[in-house]
Amino acid sequence: MSNQEKGTPLILLENIYKIYEMGEEQVRANDGINLSIQKGEFVAIVGKSGSGKSTAMNIIGALDVPTSGRYLLNGIDVSGMKDDELAGIRNKMIGFIFQQYHLLPRLSVLENVELPLLYAGVSPAQRKERAMKALEKVGIADKWNNQPKQLSGGQQQRVSIARALVGNPSLILADEPTGALDSKTSREVLTFLQQIHEDGNTIVLITHDNSIALEAQRVVRLKDGKIIFDGPSEEYRKVQVNMQ
Amino acid sequence: MTILQSFQLAIKSILSNRMRSVLTMLGMIIGVGSVIIIMGMMNAVKSSMLSEFSDFGTDTLTVAYNPIGNRVVTEEDLYQIVEENKELFKGVSPTVESVKNLSYNGHKLNGETVRGVAENFLTINGAKVKDGRFLSYSDVYLRQPRCVIGTYVANELFPGENPVGKVMKIDGEDFTVIGVRAETAGSQKYLADDVVLIPYTKAARMETGFITSCVFAVKDVKDVNQGQTVIEDRLNELLGDKDAYYINNMASMLKMLDTIMGVLTGAIAGIAAISLLVAGIGIMNIMLVSVTERTKEIGIRKSLGARKKDIRGQFIMESGVVSGIGGTIGILFGVLVVYIIRLLAHIDAKPTLGAIIISFSVSVGVGMLFGYMPAKKAANLNPIDALRSE
Ligand SMILES: Nc1ncnc2c1ncn2[C@@H]1O[C@H](COP(=O)(O)OP(=O)(O)O)[C@@H](O)[C@H]1O
Ligand SMILES: [Mg+2]
Repeated sequence: MSNQEKGTPLILLENIYKIYEMGEEQVRANDGINLSIQKGEFVAIVGKSGSGKSTAMNIIGALDVPTSGRYLLNGIDVSGMKDDELAGIRNKMIGFIFQQYHLLPRLSVLENVELPLLYAGVSPAQRKERAMKALEKVGIADKWNNQPKQLSGGQQQRVSIARALVGNPSLILADEPTGALDSKTSREVLTFLQQIHEDGNTIVLITHDNSIALEAQRVVRLKDGKIIFDGPSEEYRKVQVNMQ
Repeated sequence: MTILQSFQLAIKSILSNRMRSVLTMLGMIIGVGSVIIIMGMMNAVKSSMLSEFSDFGTDTLTVAYNPIGNRVVTEEDLYQIVEENKELFKGVSPTVESVKNLSYNGHKLNGETVRGVAENFLTINGAKVKDGRFLSYSDVYLRQPRCVIGTYVANELFPGENPVGKVMKIDGEDFTVIGVRAETAGSQKYLADDVVLIPYTKAARMETGFITSCVFAVKDVKDVNQGQTVIEDRLNELLGDKDAYYINNMASMLKMLDTIMGVLTGAIAGIAAISLLVAGIGIMNIMLVSVTERTKEIGIRKSLGARKKDIRGQFIMESGVVSGIGGTIGILFGVLVVYIIRLLAHIDAKPTLGAIIISFSVSVGVGMLFGYMPAKKAANLNPIDALRSE
């Protein structure tokens, strides 16, 4: 399939460089990345520690801008945006799922899920309704009035997934979402990600773990800030041993 | 986020860290509390000064004089000044001031003002008699041991009794109470109602025998200075020495008093401003700590789409609300203390509405002003670094 047939990609990274100057030395955290992700894909970005995954995720997640290169999200050029514009993009187009869940400890589960809607200016009644629906979707609505610390790790991660989904973002960005969970709970979360992918969500999953990367449809492997593999996960399964 | 939302958020955050919030508020509580107390005390001072003067209003000139050799000022001289300037003066009364111990039926009052006056004294100081009558010409002429008492003396010496017709003792001497003067200064100790009026002729007898002071009243307040000139001219003539007399012009005294009060209020406002400044710096300090501690929260909020102004608003609101609550507690504390002082010291200490309104708005304002810097710091945090922090 050509790009034209598929329409505008949701994510289009063109020659993305992120260079940190460390005194005399230059660290090329992202060293010329070209990547196109369509709406509805489930992509894993995998690589060893230091390969540039977090840097790529920060750029894709509109948390940071590249040193050079162009990043189009839904056709909108995000690469040169100011802080507050980026905040708007994050708020409306991206749902984050973090390794450490990143729930606010002093807010209730429901209030945590409401946060993206709060910053989107949604009315309190609507916020509550939509947040409750999102909690139902992840099967944890009965805990709406609990404090995050009263929940297990898996439950907290589900809350953070509900928070990522609540604003109907174009992209779900999951950064090592199973990194802090035991294998059984990890399994649950991964199954859940596949489920929301089937619902039509676009998911980009960042991981250092090949076996988790293989849960996605497509795998992108990074090494030293460069893409060294980009293809379907079945194909990655065959070549992964050479990638270590 | 709306104002209401950030207000609710601020309340939540304040409640979730009670100990710190109270410590943050402490400076504001003390600052605002002392402003309320000082202003309340100032009210007492001012009120006591004003009522002291109210016995001799702004339309009066009190004159003290001494004989120079055989040159004297007689009562006739005084009446003549009024007689010759009828369009100017309402009247004159010789006065003899003394301090005496009073007693009646086991009740005692020591060190009270006993003022010898003429029968026209009521017209001069504009007071009224509540019960009984005032001193008459014959009381004065015959040096009768009769007195008219102020309401404070009446309450203290004759609790639950009508003093009129009773015989009380002034330094051991019997005096019949013939009247009670109407209240002019809240029946408080040291103020105008704390007085005994007796015939000046009688008072002079009890003292040196000489009359060395008097009080003139002018018909129109704006003629006070002209009246003073007339009196000065006459006393110069009689005594031949400018230093032999002293004229107290109540209007100019009052003006001076106002100036002094103004300066005093200014100085207190300055001290208050400094204490609020210190409170503000305390708040800024704690808010800076709070920003550092909540870096992660800020990162999370930013990753979810909070803009700079959302974060900034949140912290400014929090700091404003903390110091507003501190200010309110300070106001309550100050008002309480002022009323305790009022009860214990029997003075007219009163919290002023102006002080309350100003301290509340200043405390909120100071909180927001000093919260701005930490809030700006929070708003400018990089979300990636903030998320990574622990
Ligand atoms: N803020 C930074 N300043 C300097 N170097 C950085 C910074 N962030 C990342 N790097 C460097 O860039 C490279 C890629 O890092 P990162 O994107 O975090 O990789 P990964 O997430 O795959 O471990 C590493 O060598 C790292 O040390
Ligand atoms: Mg990383």
